[in-house]
Amino acid sequence: MDIKLTIDGKEIEVPQGTMLLEACRKAGADIPTFCYDPDLKLAGSCRMCVVQPKGWRNLVASCVTPAQNGMVIETESSDVVEARKVVLELMLARHKLTCHTCEKDGECNLQDYCYRYGVTESRFAGKVHNLFKDDSNPFIERDYDKCVMCTRCVRACEEITGARAINVMDRGHHAHIATAYDGSLEDSPCVFCGQCIMVCPVGALSSKIAAGQGKPAQNDKVMTTCTYCGTGCTFELNVKNDKIVGVTSNRDAEWSPVNKGALCVKGRFGWDFVNSPERLTTPLIKENGEFRPASWDEALDLAADKIKAVKEQYGPDSISMFSSARITNEENYLAQKLMRAAIGSNNVDHCARL
Amino acid sequence: MTQEYRVLLEHADKINPESAADYIQVGGYKGLEKARSMNPKDLTEEVKKSGLRGRGGAGFNAGMKWSFVPQYPETKYVVCNFDEGEPGTYKDRIICQKNAQALLEGMAICGHAIGSNNGYIYCRGEYPFVVEMLKKAIGNAKESGALGEFNIEVRMGAGAYVCGEETALIESIEGHRGEPRFKPPFPGVEGLWRMPTVVNNVETFACLPYIMTNGADWFAGIGAKSYPGTKVLTLTGDIENPTYFEVPTDYLLRDVIYELGGGVKGGKKLKAVQVGGTSGAFIPSQNLDTPIDFDSMGAIGAALGSGAVFVMDESRDIVDIINRIAKFFEHESCGQCTPCREGTFRCKEIMERINTGRGSLKDIENLKVLARIMQKASLCGLGQAAPIPITSTLEHFEYEYLRKLV
Repeated sequence: MDIKLTIDGKEIEVPQGTMLLEACRKAGADIPTFCYDPDLKLAGSCRMCVVQPKGWRNLVASCVTPAQNGMVIETESSDVVEARKVVLELMLARHKLTCHTCEKDGECNLQDYCYRYGVTESRFAGKVHNLFKDDSNPFIERDYDKCVMCTRCVRACEEITGARAINVMDRGHHAHIATAYDGSLEDSPCVFCGQCIMVCPVGALSSKIAAGQGKPAQNDKVMTTCTYCGTGCTFELNVKNDKIVGVTSNRDAEWSPVNKGALCVKGRFGWDFVNSPERLTTPLIKENGEFRPASWDEALDLAADKIKAVKEQYGPDSISMFSSARITNEENYLAQKLMRAAIGSNNVDHCARL
Repeated sequence: MTQEYRVLLEHADKINPESAADYIQVGGYKGLEKARSMNPKDLTEEVKKSGLRGRGGAGFNAGMKWSFVPQYPETKYVVCNFDEGEPGTYKDRIICQKNAQALLEGMAICGHAIGSNNGYIYCRGEYPFVVEMLKKAIGNAKESGALGEFNIEVRMGAGAYVCGEETALIESIEGHRGEPRFKPPFPGVEGLWRMPTVVNNVETFACLPYIMTNGADWFAGIGAKSYPGTKVLTLTGDIENPTYFEVPTDYLLRDVIYELGGGVKGGKKLKAVQVGGTSGAFIPSQNLDTPIDFDSMGAIGAALGSGAVFVMDESRDIVDIINRIAKFFEHESCGQCTPCREGTFRCKEIMERINTGRGSLKDIENLKVLARIMQKASLCGLGQAAPIPITSTLEHFEYEYLRKLV
């Protein structure tokens, strides 16, 4: 059953149970959010998405307030704008303002909303906490002096990855994101998938591997499929001056149907091998205990000859093949075809089966 | 009228609160018997008709609250809010220590109304001795058969003020961080372990046996029309007689202080009185002739709240007191929503500045802005109410602030 409501003077219809945030966006209103994430449980805590229902004493957080029939909503009333400005000022008062060197510069919600509402400085500036976490892990930078306590990282860790490595510790203004007993990520159940980086709306969480090589907002993005395994996760290769400088998530289900942006440690952080001088660029043939570069034709001919010789001497069942989870289903199909049809052996297996 | 009117505390110190038999001797468990003879819907209507409103502070009609509970699912909970975290409030402890069986009976009455045999009492962490007493009282009531199938378990808080907020209390019982949930869904529909749950205060439950025994009309006829019954008040601060009283709800605040309370300590003049706990408004002496009921208090910008009455004499420094209150809220904010988490901290900073003679007019302006947004945009009642002492003293005692500025 649909319900009717008026948003910024515009009448719209939405299904029963729709939250005001969705209804407002449907009506064309641009509602700012920090803690809201369409893939995570609702928190309703940042209070950035507040709107004004006519006749109500208080503002409501649109992300957690169901639309009601006959509601009249203002999304940019003077009260709403004042509340959003104060929320931003309160966040700024504890925020390490180092935008010039921040990886998130250019795609940071705090930056964008301060720009939008003309918040240049905080009237509530005072004591700041030193919450920077010098975490020795090689992947994830945790600078909680930039944290806005939206808890999206906590929810992503629990709901997307299932690791539950982090949660909120302490109370009130001292509340901060921590592992159990506030230790390092390495000593926690963290699997370094970096989903926390993916959902962080500010620069509190970032990739150590990509740090300093190009701000993601300024890099070219090339959608591609991860080569590490056959799952087929898609991600954005960050490219700068024809060089891969990072990986970021594309959370759009149309672009990233398999993983909706979620990745594992290899996909998110294991791309730096691409530019490694240690990479093999030609086949190598071992002669007298030493490898020497060879052409593909030479190497393939050599392998074929050896396999044929083994088959003639010992029969096809003396040969087996292990294929890889890193190749696709189609490639794995061809691999078993090669074994069964060309070589004549059923000895085919696959590392992912174990 | 300057006398107490004792209903809940009529037999205080004359019966053993642990003993169901003692309680039955003075007419106890008759209300439950009557309730159980009624259809749950009629029972809820009877409670609605009595006009009983929540005694924890929010003042919501108890029968109305029960009526939101759906018939299905079958698992439902009756939760007693005995967190009693408001500084200066100890009326729930008094009710338990004097008349624990009435609380148990009240919970069982509610259980019959909503179709639940599962009761929880969430007890303030600072009351371990009351927990022991309650456990004995429950054991005794179960043994006597008075409670029938209705079970009650006592859970203990760990000292967090925010756990007095009903959804934070529910989270705490579930074993989570004491953080309020956003509403809706309200507990009546989705509460403890996501099941329909009624959360009422100790005093609210304890009123029920008397409503059932004497009838809804009797109760509705006591005290103020829109908030009938009696209220247990606790007097603290600069008062001659700092103790507890049970009075009808149309009792005047002036009489609470000057009749029952014996007046301001040492014959000094009154400066202000804060009613309802730490988040209550400061009431100046010109507003003393106000009945203590919920709506009359609301009309003067105050709140009856938990029924704590904190008296301050003429020598008290309002700004210093507000500074302490700001510290309290900074400490007790759960840290979930931005206006409260950051706002209580910045309020404390600004109040410290003003209190130590380093504040400016700008600070007062900023305090007003912050208070307004905390009230309008915080997630739960804690953040919304935390600035009330500040705004009410800026309204009535602004000169005390101004004289401390640079």
